[in-house]
Amino acid sequence: MSDTVVEARNLDLAFGDVAALSNVDFTVARGDFVSLIGPSGCGKTSLLRVVADLAQPTGGTILVNGTSPHAARLARAYGYVFQAPALLPWRTVERNVTLPLEIIGLPKDEQRARAAQQLDAVGLGAFKRKFPWQLSGGMQQRASIARALSLQPSLLLMDEPFGALDEITRDGLNLRLLRLWEATNLTVIFVTHSIEEAAFLSSRIVVMSARPGRIVEVIDSDLPRGRDLDIRDDARFHALAGRVRTALRAGHSYA
Amino acid sequence: MRSRALPIATALLLVLALWYVAAAALNWTQANGDLLGTMSLAKPLLPAPHQIAIEFWNSTAGQRIDSKRSLVFHAAVTASSTLVGFALGVAIGLLLAIVLVHVRVLDRALLPWIVASQTVPILAIAPMIVVVFGALGLTGLLPKAVIAAYLSFFPVVIGVAKGLRAPDQLQLDLLHTYDASRRRVLAVLRWPAAMRFLFPSLKVAIAASTVGAIVAELPTGAESGLGARLLAGSYYGQTLQIWAALAMASLLAASGVGVVVLCERLVIRARGGRL
Repeated sequence: MSDTVVEARNLDLAFGDVAALSNVDFTVARGDFVSLIGPSGCGKTSLLRVVADLAQPTGGTILVNGTSPHAARLARAYGYVFQAPALLPWRTVERNVTLPLEIIGLPKDEQRARAAQQLDAVGLGAFKRKFPWQLSGGMQQRASIARALSLQPSLLLMDEPFGALDEITRDGLNLRLLRLWEATNLTVIFVTHSIEEAAFLSSRIVVMSARPGRIVEVIDSDLPRGRDLDIRDDARFHALAGRVRTALRAGHSYA
Repeated sequence: MRSRALPIATALLLVLALWYVAAAALNWTQANGDLLGTMSLAKPLLPAPHQIAIEFWNSTAGQRIDSKRSLVFHAAVTASSTLVGFALGVAIGLLLAIVLVHVRVLDRALLPWIVASQTVPILAIAPMIVVVFGALGLTGLLPKAVIAAYLSFFPVVIGVAKGLRAPDQLQLDLLHTYDASRRRVLAVLRWPAAMRFLFPSLKVAIAASTVGAIVAELPTGAESGLGARLLAGSYYGQTLQIWAALAMASLLAASGVGVVVLCERLVIRARGGRL
């Protein structure tokens, strides 16, 4: 397998007259944690949707795992975590996690085993018989991460997954996600508009500008692996966050 | 439950009291100004509640069940065409709803006709259905069930089509990432999401089906069924018989709704308490 998971060249995406992405070159290496950051409406979600074959580019080329996004989707090569948990309210937490496994037709005991494994990984093992509305917002989003990972994808696509949560819950989930990424050989593409979040989580940060969405700068993080929430008090963290902030400002015409 | 009993009982007593006043007023001339007499006429304009209750008792408990004088017998006849019509109406309604949601062209082509079908007075269309079916040699339960189905499919189509469209874009995108087929999306997403809309539709449908079955018995010259009983009662001015049959008809519709409510509770329980 190649070491490049996503490779986009001269990518354009337009909705009617409105250009969402313009001439985007974008590469993600295997094992990377890449954050896409930019102001709202900069096309970062659109870029993620193109990778996931949920939107079709109007120009340029894109390869996911060396194939088209369409083929990658059919091969269930990625797990997608949406802005909202999108859990089915009539299914228990466990049966929400087994939903994709049911669709690909795994045997029942295998479904349950994988659900148990993923729910334990996100700390929801004791809640598998609960219904989504009995969980807090943060727990619901953890369940949706467990669901995305139940297919055992090599690529995890996350679209502002913690955007609707309070800061304390968000810190906890960020740390959990980071540990999960470190413990596996997952590649993560993470959309956010929080500089702190991007700086804390990522191995690379892709800074985008708005209308049409363009990539302003790609910043490699020099923060060590195994980092803790305390690193946010570190000078290197501030330097990194500062670079992201400067790049974001450069992408804004009013800066 | 207890908190609901008091308001319901109060409303019932109020209605009964008003009824007695209305009965006394409407039967006044017929009883030659005798107040007690207004409550015991053989063919009153408006029977008093207790007269209806006695007539109801005599024509149910007081008759052999297979007798033509038994309301239970007539109710059973109406109930069978109601149930067959309901089953037929629900089946057609579900099928149409699924088709409308999945085939855009048919949604545009069929929906206006489905709505128009309900603007035709059922009293006008019922005799024609009976005549056409009769010409084909089909009599008895089937034409009546078809008329009941004609009324009951509509709330099911409208309600379930709305329910099948209830899932949001995020949930649809999610299943798209799994490459789920349309049939699969229907089974795991659209259909379960439609439950919230299905049960209210079924309650309306079962009541409409009862009305359809009774209306269908009117032009057929049927000798059995609650509709026939109503018709015979009105021919001979037997108001007591009419009101007792009406009471039986509402009991029939109410128990139908009751069964639907029971099914709804079972689904809610399986979902941990929410629909």
